[in-house]
Amino acid sequence: MSFELPTGAPLAIYVVAATLFILSLGGLADQERAKRAIWYGMAGMLLAVVATIISAGINNFAIVAIMVLVGAVIGTFVARRVEMTGMPQLVAALHSFVGLAAVFIGLNADIELTFVQSYVGAIETLTGFSLQLAKKTAAEIGLLKVEIFLGIFIGAVTFTGSVVAFGKLAGHFDGKPKKLPGGHFWNAAAALVCLVLGFIYLNDGGLWTLILIALLAGAIGWHLIMGIGGADMPVVVSMLNSYSGWAAAAIGFTLGNDLLIVTGALVGSSGAILSYIMCRAMNRHFIGVILGGFGGTGDPISNVEGEQIAIDADGVASALTEADNIIFVPGYGMAVAQAQGAVSELVGKLRRDGKTVRFAIHPVAGRLPGHMNVLLAEAKVPYDIVLEMDEINEDFAATDVVIVVGSNDIVNPSAQDDPHSPIAGMPVLEVWKAKQVFVSKRGQGTGYSGIENPLFYKENTRMFFGDAKESILQVLRFMD
Amino acid sequence: MIIGTLKENFSGEARVAITPESAKRLSKLGHSVIIEADAGHMSGFDNRAYEASGATIKSDAASIWAEADVMAKVRPPEDVESLRHRQTLISFFYPSQNNELLQAAKDKGATVVAMDMVPRISRAQKMDALSSMANIAGYRAVIEAGSHFGRFFTGQITAAGKVPPGKVLVIGAGVAGLSAIGTAISLGAIVRAFDVRPEVAEQIQSMGGEFLFLDFEEDGGGTGGYAKPSSPEFREKQLELFRHQAKEIDIVITTALIPGIDAPKLWLEDMVKAMKPGSVIVDLAAERGGNCEMTVADQKIVTENGVTIIGYTDYPSRMAAQASTLYGSNIFHMISELTPNKDGILVHNMDDEVIRGSTVTHNGEITFPPPPPKMSAVAPPQAAKKKEMTDEERREERSAQFRRSTRKQALLLLGGTMVTIAIGVVAPASFMQHFIVFVLSCFVGFQVIWNVNHALHTPLMSVTNAISGIIILGALLQMGSSQNVVLILASISILIASINIVGGFLVTRRMLAMFQRSS
Repeated sequence: MSFELPTGAPLAIYVVAATLFILSLGGLADQERAKRAIWYGMAGMLLAVVATIISAGINNFAIVAIMVLVGAVIGTFVARRVEMTGMPQLVAALHSFVGLAAVFIGLNADIELTFVQSYVGAIETLTGFSLQLAKKTAAEIGLLKVEIFLGIFIGAVTFTGSVVAFGKLAGHFDGKPKKLPGGHFWNAAAALVCLVLGFIYLNDGGLWTLILIALLAGAIGWHLIMGIGGADMPVVVSMLNSYSGWAAAAIGFTLGNDLLIVTGALVGSSGAILSYIMCRAMNRHFIGVILGGFGGTGDPISNVEGEQIAIDADGVASALTEADNIIFVPGYGMAVAQAQGAVSELVGKLRRDGKTVRFAIHPVAGRLPGHMNVLLAEAKVPYDIVLEMDEINEDFAATDVVIVVGSNDIVNPSAQDDPHSPIAGMPVLEVWKAKQVFVSKRGQGTGYSGIENPLFYKENTRMFFGDAKESILQVLRFMD
Repeated sequence: MIIGTLKENFSGEARVAITPESAKRLSKLGHSVIIEADAGHMSGFDNRAYEASGATIKSDAASIWAEADVMAKVRPPEDVESLRHRQTLISFFYPSQNNELLQAAKDKGATVVAMDMVPRISRAQKMDALSSMANIAGYRAVIEAGSHFGRFFTGQITAAGKVPPGKVLVIGAGVAGLSAIGTAISLGAIVRAFDVRPEVAEQIQSMGGEFLFLDFEEDGGGTGGYAKPSSPEFREKQLELFRHQAKEIDIVITTALIPGIDAPKLWLEDMVKAMKPGSVIVDLAAERGGNCEMTVADQKIVTENGVTIIGYTDYPSRMAAQASTLYGSNIFHMISELTPNKDGILVHNMDDEVIRGSTVTHNGEITFPPPPPKMSAVAPPQAAKKKEMTDEERREERSAQFRRSTRKQALLLLGGTMVTIAIGVVAPASFMQHFIVFVLSCFVGFQVIWNVNHALHTPLMSVTNAISGIIILGALLQMGSSQNVVLILASISILIASINIVGGFLVTRRMLAMFQRSS
């Protein structure tokens, strides 16, 4: 590619792209606007990539084209094929790519730097990034190395952390938290060693220190996420989302590219806010979640009195026939059983019968922020009957029937009643205030967190045991 | 264990403590049942039905007393001559009124479980015979009233003219009162109800009754869900309310009892006089002296102005089949609690709150009265309202909070400025330019993301996935390198970043397209 844009042109296009990215995120404030805003994001990306390719003086255009093409084909394939229940895994996998790319680009920057520093020819013969490096002063090069260090460190943690998160979400790894004996001591030690290696690198330690840092940081990411239980996954995924942004921003500093910095900062703060929202929804401190969750560690508390009373599909169906006001509370169990289609069908029937049917979504229901909304949308449940916890929590008292489909901790009254409960203070959906509660659940076990749920023993609660999808379909049959 | 039941010999008593149904269930707990011949006759259960359910019929009471380990009865026995050492008696016992009997049972060394002493906690509801009987009394009270009331309960407009609905007033909304409210409502009457415990208003309304509200600051609730005596001023207000109602009301059903003392007099003679001829008063408290001044226990009287006052005390026996079924079930649940392993062996666990509360003699000791129950069956009255803050206090609170947050923000700003200056001192100018961009972007990001709809958090994550693929720019910039390692790593980065970009955007679009408003 021989023709050159004026020097200011790519920067101008970066400004446009950054604006488009901000608009595409801002559009998500509303379902209808979001459908338009997504195009802004795509356009921004296209502009940015094309402008960079043209302006950067690339000699290997063919390789770039092939790589982009292959990546695009894989991306399209994945995007088309992924099940909506598999969204958490996909998101985690995509985070890991950003992390890995950050590590590679960081390493490249160092290799290039070493090359430029030992370059004997005239500076003018260099092109692109090399030229940019060659012009740097000593102070700038020192700073560059700090940026490379940060980019690689964050990138590596993001990469392995996301791989583990992917494994846990996809069911390849056990969801229970696992830690080496010594636990976070190892993480702290490894981080310290990374810091020391970082200093060595700043004092001309060379490429090997960076590779070691990448490996150690990778180990930290792996161990850190291995130690977090399944129930905390929404926080983990949003945290890794945030990290992938910071990694991109760090690389932006390294390369002196403002668009990378802007985008990285946008993504980083987005992930940080999501993590914050998720933590608040569980009434847990971010640090507490990261340092290991309750999934499986705490002893199940079993001082709940009374017995769980079971009910069959016929009973649920007749209660639904009688009811006017119905609320569904879906949870991860609905996703596991792929029951969203059956639920949607049942809801459609109830609505045709003139009943008020709504959904109550807890912020941490599922394994990904907003997971339930996407599943219900897939099953063609209109989004205006899908409400957030704060919008609907007051209404349970005036509700005839609540059907809890595969959720547990988010409807646990001990969060309010029992100050010693591990989830004490966590905002929960107050389903027990309804006249009748049916809990569709696989068996009598406790949820992911291993906490006993007194809801199941309440007088107005009936347990509807069995696979969620099968159960709901049975109810449908009795309704006809 | 052998469980024995006798024919009740108290005059007018038609109930029986064990029904064929409960006998069958008891045998599943590993017990065997012997029953006096014709014990269930008055309740409509004949000997053959008992035999069919596996019980043994015996004709003489003495041999049953001698054989049984557990005696189940309805009324307390007249004497405890036949009671043996270590034998268990389960029946209504009224220990506070039957002191002599209690002493005698203790001296015999027998264990007595009083069905009237079952604590009023949620877990014990299935054994709560008083509630079972009260429920029947409430129902029957309405039926009795109806049979002496010359009109319909329900208002009707017929071809022959308009019939006004009957107006029923229920005083005391305990189990009997609520049952009466429900029964009268389902017959079509207009029902009003009063109780000194304001917290039962909701229960009255849930049955369809109208709660008569008394504007007076006093809570008549005692412990264990029962009422307590009220102050003279309160009583005056209350009577005034009733006096007002007396002119309108057709049927009055009184159920007001306070534990340990005679029934309070709530429906005075002048109120009876004020009622319309043909009206009916059913006094469910007749056994304890009656809530109405003119009630005669066990009798139905008609006053000079034509008001019928019913003072029966044997409502459960008037519905013996229903009463026995419920009582038999209560007895079964009690024995089931005493047989925790379902192996026919009695375990008298005095640490169990329900068993402890109901047991009045055990191991040669009187265990009455029991320690107070830990929990009340009814919801505790709403906690005292939070002290209302005056406007001034509220303003102060708000300004204090504002000061706190201002201080916090100022500290953060100061710290942030210091850090930035520190960076500026060491870092070259080119870095600071990028740093400005970075900090501003973070702020823009925070503002934008806070507005994102919670329902769209998953699309938010996938779209940020896509745009974080912007890292492809870094790899593209490095493609100009002359070094092969750099080229290879950069190529891989381009590949995976492209997956991110294309995959992320497409999957987001797919998701967003699914969100549909209801048509």
